[in-house]
Amino acid sequence: MAREIHGMVEKRGAGLWLTHVFMILGVLVIFFPIWLAFVASTVTQPEIVRPPMPIWPGDQFLENYSAALFAGVNVPVATMLFNSLVMAVGIAVGKIFISLLSAFAIVYFRFPFRGTFFWMIFLTLMLPVEVRIVPTFEVVAGFGMLNSYSGLILPLIASATATFLFRQFFLTIPDELAEAARVDGAKPMRFFFDIVVPISRTNIAALFVILFIYGWNQYLWPLLITTDPEMNTIVMGIKQMFPSGDDVADWPVIMATSILAMIPPVIVVISMQRLFIRGLVDSEK
Amino acid sequence: MEKRVTFKGWKLPLLLIAPQVIISAVFFFYPAGQAIWQSLFIPDPFGLSSRFVGLGNFEFLLSDPFYRASFLTTAVFSLLVTLCSMIPALFLAVIADRLIKGSGVYRTMLIWPYAVAPAVAGVLWLFMFNTRVGVVSWYLGQLGYDWNHVLNGGEAMGLVVVASAWGRISYNFLFFFAALQAVPRSVIEAAAIDGARFWRRFFTIVLPLLSPTTFFLLVVNIVYAFFETFGVIHTITAGGPQQSTTILVYKVFSDGFVGQDLGSSSAQSVILLVVVGILTVIQFKYLEKRVHY
Repeated sequence: MAREIHGMVEKRGAGLWLTHVFMILGVLVIFFPIWLAFVASTVTQPEIVRPPMPIWPGDQFLENYSAALFAGVNVPVATMLFNSLVMAVGIAVGKIFISLLSAFAIVYFRFPFRGTFFWMIFLTLMLPVEVRIVPTFEVVAGFGMLNSYSGLILPLIASATATFLFRQFFLTIPDELAEAARVDGAKPMRFFFDIVVPISRTNIAALFVILFIYGWNQYLWPLLITTDPEMNTIVMGIKQMFPSGDDVADWPVIMATSILAMIPPVIVVISMQRLFIRGLVDSEK
Repeated sequence: MEKRVTFKGWKLPLLLIAPQVIISAVFFFYPAGQAIWQSLFIPDPFGLSSRFVGLGNFEFLLSDPFYRASFLTTAVFSLLVTLCSMIPALFLAVIADRLIKGSGVYRTMLIWPYAVAPAVAGVLWLFMFNTRVGVVSWYLGQLGYDWNHVLNGGEAMGLVVVASAWGRISYNFLFFFAALQAVPRSVIEAAAIDGARFWRRFFTIVLPLLSPTTFFLLVVNIVYAFFETFGVIHTITAGGPQQSTTILVYKVFSDGFVGQDLGSSSAQSVILLVVVGILTVIQFKYLEKRVHY
């Protein structure tokens, strides 16, 4: 009986096949743009400019990718990759670091203006960089941080989301642990590094995945503050590779760069899938 | 909720919270305050001094046909992006949920586009629909349809919508799939015994149970379409043709940085601040409700 009911709910036989067919079709449609970009990155320019372009990869893989990585258009793509890596890791590590500290202060201490600071951090949720671009640009320019890593990283580093996540998590840490630490005469920072940080490591890792992708995929901010091609990040640098005016774009190199731009975040997401999904669901709660 | 056990002292916690507070003050609150302040002035053409105009910038903006058009464009754009990313995601999640085996493999495949930056997604879709070399536009041409998003505003809108919705399908899929897995099997099986067919069960039982997730995704996707699609629009259309894809965030950028109209750009920032504020409040009102369930 149970099996029969199960059969009504989960598909078997022809229905099961149909379900797989739909699923595969869905995946193919979603994947098509990436596939096409990959094919374009392995063929020659003449093959692309005389449409329709081929649908299977060509033999120019090494040529196009080394042209992109070591020559590029304005600057070698390897340089942009490095800049993106510094920015993404800087933002992820920085956000996690300052959020851990501030959440620890808010949860484990009573101090003047605690409530005020808490609301102040909360309000930053309402101020995405897209909304305050001109004045933030002026502040960064005033500090002389245009075309610098600190200019790329610092304005994006304060995160209410990470602070709240850590606060929620710290509140679930049993009071006995802090009690024991206090009885033993342990200093607060000792408790922080020996107990709090180690038991938060899954949350830290999950958040790292989300924040790394957030940092890597930034576009508007690097576009504003990196006027020097040497400081371009890869995601914003692709657009700069298109020629102005009527010239034909160097599509194989541009597409190779697009593929290179998506590989690091894709690797992070796929290899840490469990943590990623957990981080995603947690950070939106 | 508060901790019973706390540590003594007030210097250390102030020191600990200082980095975040300082960064928030310097890069969030001061610029936001500047935006509000600047929105009350009009700088003279040489940038030497500025004249106080009160709410003049806002009055001008709200009577400016281009700004009003941009509001409408943003509304249409975010509605379309939300629908085009949620409906396919729900469909895929429903199918994946019916599989006992193999759904993990499909999930891995479907997560990919989430990792692709909006600006890179823009380049990929631009490549497919490029008027000279695009594969899709070429095949459309063979079918007798002359695709040209560079001249046709409707086609430009369609292209930025699809390119923005594409990566979002992964995100929505993950949330719908998790919600579907949480629907109690017994409820579905009871309905199946009563003879309810699949689609009947879907619309009368599953969809209502998904409503918290659906509402959450609705808000999150609108926020995404408003604020995070700049890269797509900048790479594909740069707001054109004739401003047909100039959403509000794009207009803040083009008026402030390209047009150097600081007063107007600041006033637009302030209006956007209000929009974000409203969206955040809606999100939290809903979250509160969900917590009380």
